[in-house]
Amino acid sequence: MSHAEPLLMRWFRGSGAPRSATAEAGAAGRQARRSTGLTEFTRVLASKEGAAVLDLGPTSPANISFLTGFGGKVCNEDVVHASREPRYFTPREDGTAAIDPEKFFAGNLNHPEHTFDAVLCWDVADFLTEPLVKPLFARLQFMMKPKGILLAFFHTKEAAPHATHSRYNIVSGESLEFERRDDLRLQRIFNNRHMENLFQGFSSLKFFLARDNVRELLAVR
Amino acid sequence: MWKRPEDKPQSGSPSTQPGTSAAPSNSGAAPRENRAPDAPKPEAFRHDVAAHIGKSVLVKGELSGSEDLYFDGEVEGSIDMRDHSLVIGPNGKIRANISAREITVHGRVEGNVSASERAELKKSCVLIGDVSTQRIVIEDGAFFKGSVDLKKEGKPEPRSKTSPTVSSQPSVSVSGTANSGANSGANSGAQSSLLEHK
Repeated sequence: MSHAEPLLMRWFRGSGAPRSATAEAGAAGRQARRSTGLTEFTRVLASKEGAAVLDLGPTSPANISFLTGFGGKVCNEDVVHASREPRYFTPREDGTAAIDPEKFFAGNLNHPEHTFDAVLCWDVADFLTEPLVKPLFARLQFMMKPKGILLAFFHTKEAAPHATHSRYNIVSGESLEFERRDDLRLQRIFNNRHMENLFQGFSSLKFFLARDNVRELLAVR
Repeated sequence: MWKRPEDKPQSGSPSTQPGTSAAPSNSGAAPRENRAPDAPKPEAFRHDVAAHIGKSVLVKGELSGSEDLYFDGEVEGSIDMRDHSLVIGPNGKIRANISAREITVHGRVEGNVSASERAELKKSCVLIGDVSTQRIVIEDGAFFKGSVDLKKEGKPEPRSKTSPTVSSQPSVSVSGTANSGANSGANSGAQSSLLEHK
């Protein structure tokens, strides 16, 4: 048993990584890990009274529960899901259809200027179709209040082969679990320069590299 | 040795007898009928005494009432149930702003939801609009696009006190046009929560 025990435990726990880092969180397909970006995000959010938060991921009861706990307003818009709706596409001459950013932003993220104190962008930029990426961040900047914060994740080259479109559920102020949603493929890999371009209008950027080779970025407007 | 044998599944339609669990779970989880012990309701929605409107009914205009209502049809206009409960059934398609004491949504709603006490979005629910309530329950699998604004709890008003314009007899009224068909005979199901936030 002494020889078999470590092997058996490894089988249940996955790799040799500490259990807290990659522990399965109850339901199959969900994995939990600590997030330094989320810790910072939560710390800043706690200091803002009645903060309005925008969550761009798929509907997550856990996130809504956690975020409403701060006493503010929570807005949820799954932009990746919305970007696949046929009504936002216009036919092209070659018979294919392309997404029309104007149509898309008329039906999505249509909020007044300086509405949100915080935005949870997750890894939306990695999975969103190309014509929407730059306008999305321009729109987010428009909707965010000055000194508002934004948390975004970007997969690195090393993480790309295993990257799947996931729903991120906040477990606590410093850890989250992610759950595979569909077979949507990574659209691109951002390097630092790309990210800096994307967040040009923001006053500061802070990067954190997670163990799973996902770069976490905390931007302040 | 490793796993206890599963309980026999309860009979009943999953869409009308929603599942319960103490924590968010996968949307594909098998529905169960047992009531969550930690989710007591002040006055639970009673299917046996509530008014039922079936899935073939289409209302264009204002739907209002002074009794609990189970609605499984379509509405284009507005719904105002004042201090009573409203359940939108799995076949319900609502394009209206909704106002009631407690609102449970199984079907599709496009409009703002204002529940003075509690709003509950079931796993089959699609809600596009803003929610304003004191407490919200969202089952895993529900689709929600909009904002949640949790109002601070005030002094609960006695349920018997209705607005002066309401008659003493319970009633559901429709102003506008209503095309009705046979009542769908909606099932009564255990109403309980997955996640309750105060």
